[in-house]
Amino acid sequence: MNAASALTPGFTGREAPAPARGVRIAVKDLNFYYGSFHGLKNINLNFYDRQVTALIGPSGCGKSTLLRTFNRIYSLYPEQRAEGEILLDGKNVLDSSVDLNELRSRIGMVFQKPTPFPMSIYDNVAFGLRLYEKLPKSELDGRVEESLRKSALWDEVKDKLKQPGTGLSGGQQQRLCIARTVAQQPEVILLDEPTSALDPISTGRIEELMEQLRDEFTIVIVTHNMQQAARISQYTAFMYLGELVEFAQTDKIFMNPAERRTQDYITGRFG
Amino acid sequence: MDATTTPAMTPARAGRVRPARRIADRILRVSCTLATVIGAVVLGSILIMLIVEGIRGFSPALFSQPTPGPGSEGGGIANAILGSLVLTTIGIVVATPIGVMAGTYLAEYGRASKLADVIRFLNDILLSAPSILIGLFVYTLMVRPMGTYSGWAGGVALAIIAIPVIVRTTEDMLRLVPGTLREAGAALGAPSSVVITSVTWRAASAGIVTGIILALARIAGETAPLLFTALNNNSWFSANLMGGVANLPVMIYQFALSPYPNWQGLAWAGALLITGTILALSIIARLVIKPQRSR
Amino acid sequence: MPALSQSIAVARTRPSVRKGPSRGLDAVFRTCSYGAALIVLLLLGGILGSIVYGGWPAFREFGFGFLTSSAWNIGTEQYGALVAVLGTVASAFLALLIGVPVSLGIAIFLTQLCPGWARKPVAMTIELLAAVPSIIYGMWGLFVFAPLFARFVQIPVSNVVEGLPIVGTLLYARVPSGVGVLTAGVILAIMIVPFIASIARDMLDQIPTVLRESAYGIGCTTWEVVRHVLVPQAAVSIIGAIMLGLGRALGETMAVTFVVGNANRLSASIFDPSSTIASRIANEFNEADGLQLNALMALGCLLFIITFIVLIVARLLTRRVQAA
Repeated sequence: MNAASALTPGFTGREAPAPARGVRIAVKDLNFYYGSFHGLKNINLNFYDRQVTALIGPSGCGKSTLLRTFNRIYSLYPEQRAEGEILLDGKNVLDSSVDLNELRSRIGMVFQKPTPFPMSIYDNVAFGLRLYEKLPKSELDGRVEESLRKSALWDEVKDKLKQPGTGLSGGQQQRLCIARTVAQQPEVILLDEPTSALDPISTGRIEELMEQLRDEFTIVIVTHNMQQAARISQYTAFMYLGELVEFAQTDKIFMNPAERRTQDYITGRFG
Repeated sequence: MDATTTPAMTPARAGRVRPARRIADRILRVSCTLATVIGAVVLGSILIMLIVEGIRGFSPALFSQPTPGPGSEGGGIANAILGSLVLTTIGIVVATPIGVMAGTYLAEYGRASKLADVIRFLNDILLSAPSILIGLFVYTLMVRPMGTYSGWAGGVALAIIAIPVIVRTTEDMLRLVPGTLREAGAALGAPSSVVITSVTWRAASAGIVTGIILALARIAGETAPLLFTALNNNSWFSANLMGGVANLPVMIYQFALSPYPNWQGLAWAGALLITGTILALSIIARLVIKPQRSR
Repeated sequence: MPALSQSIAVARTRPSVRKGPSRGLDAVFRTCSYGAALIVLLLLGGILGSIVYGGWPAFREFGFGFLTSSAWNIGTEQYGALVAVLGTVASAFLALLIGVPVSLGIAIFLTQLCPGWARKPVAMTIELLAAVPSIIYGMWGLFVFAPLFARFVQIPVSNVVEGLPIVGTLLYARVPSGVGVLTAGVILAIMIVPFIASIARDMLDQIPTVLRESAYGIGCTTWEVVRHVLVPQAAVSIIGAIMLGLGRALGETMAVTFVVGNANRLSASIFDPSSTIASRIANEFNEADGLQLNALMALGCLLFIITFIVLIVARLLTRRVQAA
């Protein structure tokens, strides 16, 4: 137990496998296809409210694919399709009646490479806000500042809000993208290997940031870095070849995995 | 040749093959260099001819007076300059929205569809279609039904030439925008039109503007399609686009082939003016695209 | 810091109902872009349709004889396309004959031989040559090139070959004025050189450096690298570029109108004035009426068919390479 606490500083140390909080996203019998390729096979999995869940596994195992089903970003590509159910607060997001844009405003996403838009830092953060809320200038300013503060970027950019977002460093750009996502007040934030393109110092800052964001948001993070998963997540799902091999509290996965394949992967025997 | 260090075969190779190879290589080098020199000399000679002949015609009157009558002295080409400005403006104003939107369809919505493939292919063909055929088309479409040569018809003909240029560059430039930027826009809940107008267009803006400038350079010197559409007009530009409109290319064509030295001089001045403008536009287009490439 | 973010979190409640941007605007935008793309389709259809419509009376009147007749008589209303078609094909062929070696030479010079510092300015100069309007080439051809050509080529060559079989007819100028099919071919060659050269240069640049280096590595000379490595690699796309140049040469109007001589005479000599389809349309269309107008439209129709076959082949060739 001590070892587990050391591995997962954010973990409260609660004993039971029982979920600490309610279920935010429930995945039921999810299958995913890239054309004729079967990318995800019968995934069943719960994501808990205001917890960080890490998806790990070797490249090509489907962890990013799974992440991309939650906000249906895959539907930008006509040859990709998902079957099954993904219940967000009890409502199936795969249902064809779901308004995709509204869904995506409730589920934010941060990508592997920073994706600042070709506009000013301020406009980047205000982009999502302007889409969904008509705010007076003063309130918009407040929300932008608040989001930048939450993303631990405010002090670095407060004097150059009118400068282009593309001029920031890689780590700053990624935090700008997080600020842009946070500004919309989403319920869930999806992070697709958010630190894989960053240096160790920027990575550290983003990990700290996730620790804080957990107070407010349900976070799902895809990572190929197992130490990162152990450091920041409360739950971990291990995937392999499109299947969910094991899902449990992070310390259990890392200290005492039930599956042989999980054991092999986290000890570095393959992957 | 040192017999002790070289194998027996080598002297024969060195004696027979080497010079032949070297001569072939020399010939290639000389002829390729020569080809490039010829290209440069021709451009130089065209520019020198233009400057020498054209600069003589430059005077304040050139820009302030309309074209003179046959055989008379003096006059300028102010009406043709103004007419050309109006016609190319109509052409670009009509072509830009159509070209940018069609390029957007090909890059953003159509991507892999069969229809987009067909349109892309036909657009490439339209890009190199003989411009005189476009003149015939607009003549049938507008001049004949309306019963008169008109500035509008000339502008439309130029627009048809500009559209494929803008479609092609817009599509190419939008394709250079990384897909993750579109995903990031969509992930914020922005509908595709918002993602395109405020993210992808912005990211590709330098390239799209370059395409528009290149299209402008292309239509500014077009003559053939204007012959049957805007034609010419020796009087002052009357703000009436329903009649023939004077323009530089047709003026140059008619005056250069005329027997009057005064007209020929004006043709040279016009030619210098138009070539200088087009070369300047082409250079500007290259400068605009540069910062985008280096990023 | 955590305290701050917590206090903000408590203070703010999530919007329970989000009102997104209207879907209507999105659909309008999409439809507009779709419509604009269809306009491109309609334009090409419209060009073909209008020319076929305009030329139809002439085709009906003269039938297949329109292609084989060399008559062009406004008085008797007898029209045939033979002279213009032959003039078009001959001038474009001569343009390729002169222009292709020069273009490839420039492309090879720029990619293989040119010292680094000169590469950009030379390439840019060649590309600017492509931007010069065709009417300027026409003026240069008529006022600068044609007199020199008459004096230093037509007259001496005619004197030498007079009376000789074959060359005596092919290269004899009855009136050595400098204008004619060959002059048109030369001007067209100058016009298509920058075009073919810049595409060929791009194609040669795309060939992986490893391939070149390994050839040089086994002791090949530049000539051998070009002949055995580069040319075979880029052959298909270079042929595509040449076809694009041919398409341009066939349809070029103004430059040719200045220097081709605009005569409707069937002559075996490439020094003699003649006409091309485009030059004849440019010359006569504005004064034409009735059947003459239809005949000119019918000529346009032939030009459409010839150039479009060439352009389609060209695009298919360049496309196959891009896909591979």
